[in-house]
Amino acid sequence: MIIKILGTGCANCNKLEQNTRKAVDELGLAATVEKVQDLKAIARYGVMRIPALVIDEEIKVVGKVLKVEEIKALLK
Amino acid sequence: MLIFTWLNNQLLKMQWLYDLVQNFVEQVLGLSIQDRLGGSIHFFIYDVVKIFILLSVLIFTISYVQSFFPPERTKRILGGYKGITANIFGALLGTVTPFCSCSSIPLFIGFTSAGLPLGITFSFLISSPLVDLASIILIASIFNWKIAIAYVVVGLILAVIGGTIIGNAKLENHVESFVYSNAMVDMDQEALTVKERLDYAKEQVLNIVKRVWLYILIGVGIGAVIHNWIPENVISAVLGQDKWYSVLVATLVGVPMYADIFGTLPIAEALVYKGVGLGTALSFMMAVTALSLPSLIMLKTAVKIKLLAIFFAVVTLGIIIIGYTFNVFGYLLM
Repeated sequence: MIIKILGTGCANCNKLEQNTRKAVDELGLAATVEKVQDLKAIARYGVMRIPALVIDEEIKVVGKVLKVEEIKALLK
Repeated sequence: MLIFTWLNNQLLKMQWLYDLVQNFVEQVLGLSIQDRLGGSIHFFIYDVVKIFILLSVLIFTISYVQSFFPPERTKRILGGYKGITANIFGALLGTVTPFCSCSSIPLFIGFTSAGLPLGITFSFLISSPLVDLASIILIASIFNWKIAIAYVVVGLILAVIGGTIIGNAKLENHVESFVYSNAMVDMDQEALTVKERLDYAKEQVLNIVKRVWLYILIGVGIGAVIHNWIPENVISAVLGQDKWYSVLVATLVGVPMYADIFGTLPIAEALVYKGVGLGTALSFMMAVTALSLPSLIMLKTAVKIKLLAIFFAVVTLGIIIIGYTFNVFGYLLM
């Protein structure tokens, strides 16, 4: 499973990345968490709000910092 | 009318807080608020507490309203209009769409690749930081309702005219090409429950307070210094009503600065108290909030330098014109 966090490095983006890593750890998943900071790459996903959470190339959530529990629910 | 005045003084201007802080400074600290030290301590405490209370209440209420207008929806609404009507809607929606400066580029790209004309996107981008709902109420609290409404109206006019000029300049080829070549996903419009909207509003309050508290403390600090320590003749020598260059100076000083409108208002308040023209103070406020180096640098990644320069020039010129207009007619509002 490949999880991507789209964000330009704002505080909320970092928070979402932390929460995602924590959720992955707690579930013990074999997933890679990647941060996409390049604007062109972010633009290709067509999201208008950051941070965004992308799981296996599918956009799950935009413009929101999910809590660890909420991310776990998405990953299951 | 009497009830409205009472509500206005107590809830909006927070006369009770003013009196409370005055008691604190006079009884506990043993200083008079007529004195420099007492006066600046009073200004600082009263303004900080007032701004934080208003800010929290306002952001909560406004975020609730805003949760109905995510940018994806704004994009769809704007796609249905043409010409100046679209610019006006762009400017109006700019005041209610939730949007932090870090999202401005994805938003710009999203609007543009969805086929919205550049001029409309720029109307939105100009009005969004300049006129938000919270700033209207804060201006009404610090100055009065007439000034607040006048500020909104000129802010929207600036956004509509600025966007129209940029739209008519046919600068579509001055947008970086990657902006146009994106698949647009239309996220399903999540239907939020009332509880989700309330949670969202609460989170917005925490986020925004965390982001701006330092700007507010610095802004009120500078305001307190201007209010009580800098002699009036020094300020009026540079920014006085009779100085033709006052608006220019205020705008040029404000442009490179970056702060939230909440941090800028106390400075404008202190300047007006010291006899600076209302237009000059407003120009400073608009220049600080509408144009900032960080946002220009971000915008540079998506548009070419010529378009960026035109955007910058149009907004700066607009702010200067607004400043002079308010200085001439401002007495009608005080």
